[in-house]
Amino acid sequence: MQVTRRQFFRICAAGVGSSSLAALGFAPGEALAGVRAFKLARASETRSTCPYCSVSCGLLVYSLGDKAKNAKSEIIHIEGDPDHPVNRGTLCPKGAGLLDLVHSENRLKYPEVRAPSSKEWKRISWDEAFDRIAKHMKADRDKNFITTNDQGVTVNRWNTTGLLASSAASNETGYLTVKVARGLGIVALDTQARI
Amino acid sequence: MTNHWVDIKNADFILIMGGNAAEAHPCGFKWVTEAKANRKATLAVVDPRFTRSAAVADFYAPIRPGSDIAFLGGVINYLLSHDLIHHDYVKAYTNAPYLVREDFTFDDGIFSGYNADKRSYDRESWNYQIGADGYVMVDPTMQDPRCVYQLMKQHYSRYTPEMVTQVCGTPTADFLKVAEMIGATATPDKVMTIMYALGWTQHTVGSQNIRAMAMIQLLLGNIGRPGGGVNALRGHANVQGITDMCLYSDVLPGYLGAPTDADAVREEYLAKKSLKPLRPNQMSYWQNFPKFHTSLMKSWYGNAATAENGFCYDWLPKKDAPYDVLHIFELMHQGKMNGFLCQGFNPLAAVSCVKKVRESLAKLKYLVVMDPLATETSEFWQDYGEYNEVDPAQVQTEVFRLPATCFAEDTGSFTNSGRVLQWHWAAAEPPGETRSDLDIVAGIFTRLRELYQKEGGAFPDPVLNLAWAYSTPLTPSPEEVAKEFNGKAIADVTDPKDPTKVLAKAGEQLATFAHLRDDGSTSCGNWLYCGAWSQAGNLMARRDTADPSGLGFYPAWGFSWPANRRVLYNRANADPAGKPWDPKRKTIAWDGTKWSGFDVPDMAPNAAPEQDVGPFIMHPDGVGHLFALKGMAEGPFPEHYEPFETPLATNPMHPKNPLATRNPAARIFKGDEADLGTVDKFPYVATTYRLTEHQHYWTKNVLSSAIVQPAQFIEMDETLAKEKGIANGDVVKVSSHRGYVRATAVVTRRLKPLTVDGKTVHTVGVPIHWGFVGVAKQGFLANRLTPYVGDANSQTPEYKAFLVNIEKA
Repeated sequence: MQVTRRQFFRICAAGVGSSSLAALGFAPGEALAGVRAFKLARASETRSTCPYCSVSCGLLVYSLGDKAKNAKSEIIHIEGDPDHPVNRGTLCPKGAGLLDLVHSENRLKYPEVRAPSSKEWKRISWDEAFDRIAKHMKADRDKNFITTNDQGVTVNRWNTTGLLASSAASNETGYLTVKVARGLGIVALDTQARI
Repeated sequence: MTNHWVDIKNADFILIMGGNAAEAHPCGFKWVTEAKANRKATLAVVDPRFTRSAAVADFYAPIRPGSDIAFLGGVINYLLSHDLIHHDYVKAYTNAPYLVREDFTFDDGIFSGYNADKRSYDRESWNYQIGADGYVMVDPTMQDPRCVYQLMKQHYSRYTPEMVTQVCGTPTADFLKVAEMIGATATPDKVMTIMYALGWTQHTVGSQNIRAMAMIQLLLGNIGRPGGGVNALRGHANVQGITDMCLYSDVLPGYLGAPTDADAVREEYLAKKSLKPLRPNQMSYWQNFPKFHTSLMKSWYGNAATAENGFCYDWLPKKDAPYDVLHIFELMHQGKMNGFLCQGFNPLAAVSCVKKVRESLAKLKYLVVMDPLATETSEFWQDYGEYNEVDPAQVQTEVFRLPATCFAEDTGSFTNSGRVLQWHWAAAEPPGETRSDLDIVAGIFTRLRELYQKEGGAFPDPVLNLAWAYSTPLTPSPEEVAKEFNGKAIADVTDPKDPTKVLAKAGEQLATFAHLRDDGSTSCGNWLYCGAWSQAGNLMARRDTADPSGLGFYPAWGFSWPANRRVLYNRANADPAGKPWDPKRKTIAWDGTKWSGFDVPDMAPNAAPEQDVGPFIMHPDGVGHLFALKGMAEGPFPEHYEPFETPLATNPMHPKNPLATRNPAARIFKGDEADLGTVDKFPYVATTYRLTEHQHYWTKNVLSSAIVQPAQFIEMDETLAKEKGIANGDVVKVSSHRGYVRATAVVTRRLKPLTVDGKTVHTVGVPIHWGFVGVAKQGFLANRLTPYVGDANSQTPEYKAFLVNIEKA
């Protein structure tokens, strides 16, 4: 007896009696493999770049969700981009596990603060975080900003607050960060790229 | 990389030294495999460990960590004494025939101008002889004893094969085999490439390791050619881009030297940076410095930057000290810093000498950590027992931790190791309340600006006037920021030769840095990236896989800086007459009227060969520097110095001169000298390294990586294990004078004891990837062991060669 997958579902839906059909061995051959639709078929494909070493392998990132304003997408799969001239679809053991980086249980989710002497983090809002950080920075800058050096040369530097930049952030982040840092007069500026 | 990843397939011989591409850059290593399969290329690996790169090499030679200059100096001596150099290239494209000042000397390990108290050189004598015409004096026959060629020959004559063996522990036959393989590429039809990484940079002589190889590549005529060049394999996705954006104290975006206290006057600063040609007809491209600098100031300060106020030159901070990461933590340790922002950087794990970094962070008033992941740095105050012994009650630092997006949730560009800018798109929203780094920077800045508007404060002008015309000031879009650093015309930009011809109309995105002006009519946040987002749109997002040359340049894939050029110095792929050295690997050639071909010419397009315009256009003399002039801290020729912690009593090259045991110009802070260990208590050499399955300190947070490499280990050779009674799987304690780690012993034959200067030297391998935060098993930060001293030029810490003891725990 030949039964297509669709027919099989219909038979099953018909009631308890029909379930014996399956028990008697009338289940279609591909039924088990075909019960669920291939997930990637309804996923969005996004081109990306591996964030690890700077071979910078091309990636295809697959996410579920229709990108509607109030719908959240979820990344479900990442693989090498076969069109990419450098990696040609391949990924190394690190890159192949990128999904676990995206969904790491150690991802931070909320701004937090740890008070002096405290043993724990306290969740705060972004507004509170920005306010408190800006106040710290302004107090330090106002107190320690150096307008001229001993020889009277205009130097306009602030060297009591420093900044270390990532070497995994985008060029856009790097550019905006250096613009702000220099704009504030920060000279104690360095990056992971040095080391 | 002067070249790029796919270009490795064009090499005839590949040397991997100071790196381990098969394990650390696996998907880039495939181009080595391609070269071997399709060009019958050969591969040699020189490394302290028999790595997986070595496992697939045609030849492997062992070497003691920290002795690379002795090896490479030996190669230079081999090439010069066997006359295995590319003569026409060396004569035309390097400074080999140039005459050096009479007062430049080298005496038992020390160059002229040394000040032992300051541990630095007065570099005045490290210069050319200048003739009456204002140009460098040249001896085209290269016979003058003061020409670079002769000085170099003399300098490296001490680096005999026997000396290489004595210093490096490399068997002489193995050294000679590698030298022979390298020398075979001296002919114009053979090209060699070098792939190196942190194994060269992370030494107190790191920069000179790389210079020594650059000299070899110049002598062989391999720079500027497909399959050649000097190729740094960068370690993070955007090491190249963040370096180009210059998020470090020395320079402004596009490697524009940052002003110091000595640069009081703008005009003098610009004149100093605008290097004038030292030979007739040279491009000396830094003459354009004022155009790049003025355009940068227009990007940052917009209408506030005017000719009258020197385009806000005085608003830029001038620096009075190095402010590299080691110096910053030293200042913090001395209590001279109050605040610190860490953006995607985990210094407690990544910087050497964890103890010092932890003590430093505890002296701050406030610390702000922005990261996708929980990091050790953000929890430096927390008691993690033996892994991080701290009493939180004693730590007064207020710590903020802000969640940032990861690559998959933000949009923007990364620059790969081969200088190709590639755009990526956000695939999903980030978890929880996470925000992008752009939004976090904008959030902090706009809040600060508000405070200055309301309250005033110290020199508010640059804060209040920082150009911030983003459509939503709290969330600048990556597209807006990319357009800004590309640059645009503020007024019409016209052709200097024909003012009626408009090159770019006011408001248009610029197509090339050749259109930048120094009168305020253009803005550009990074001249090197000019052209990445022109009127034609976002060229970083291009995905055309066409490869017209067949050499793997993919000119319409992404955008390669500068000017979409795929191979730097490509003028040197052709002979002085403009004909490619190897017609099968042609990038550009002189077609009778202009330079043309498969790549963007690294040369003025109409500079005819007979004008003798040199291919190294950024240099005032137009040629490659075998003699580095004043460019390097410790001398114009690389010289072997021992690591700061050496297993030897002296430098075998200078046994009688203690000043020349270690790099005489490397900086070490007072307290850190006392933290160095000596060979009597710490008899083994240690070197840190990375595993294929892990990335730096991130992937201990990644379940799949944690499953395949769950726990920390220490690698050691069989002889040492036997001597110490250590079996595979035993727990061992490895200690330096600064700290210890405890981990499982992995006893292998990948490491072998070497005989160095008459004694047996064992090397212990320390993989770095563990820490006290993560989903992998907890471990000790490897940098508890490493010394707080860096390269004399770059200040990159010496992670690759230090001393330890090892015992069964």
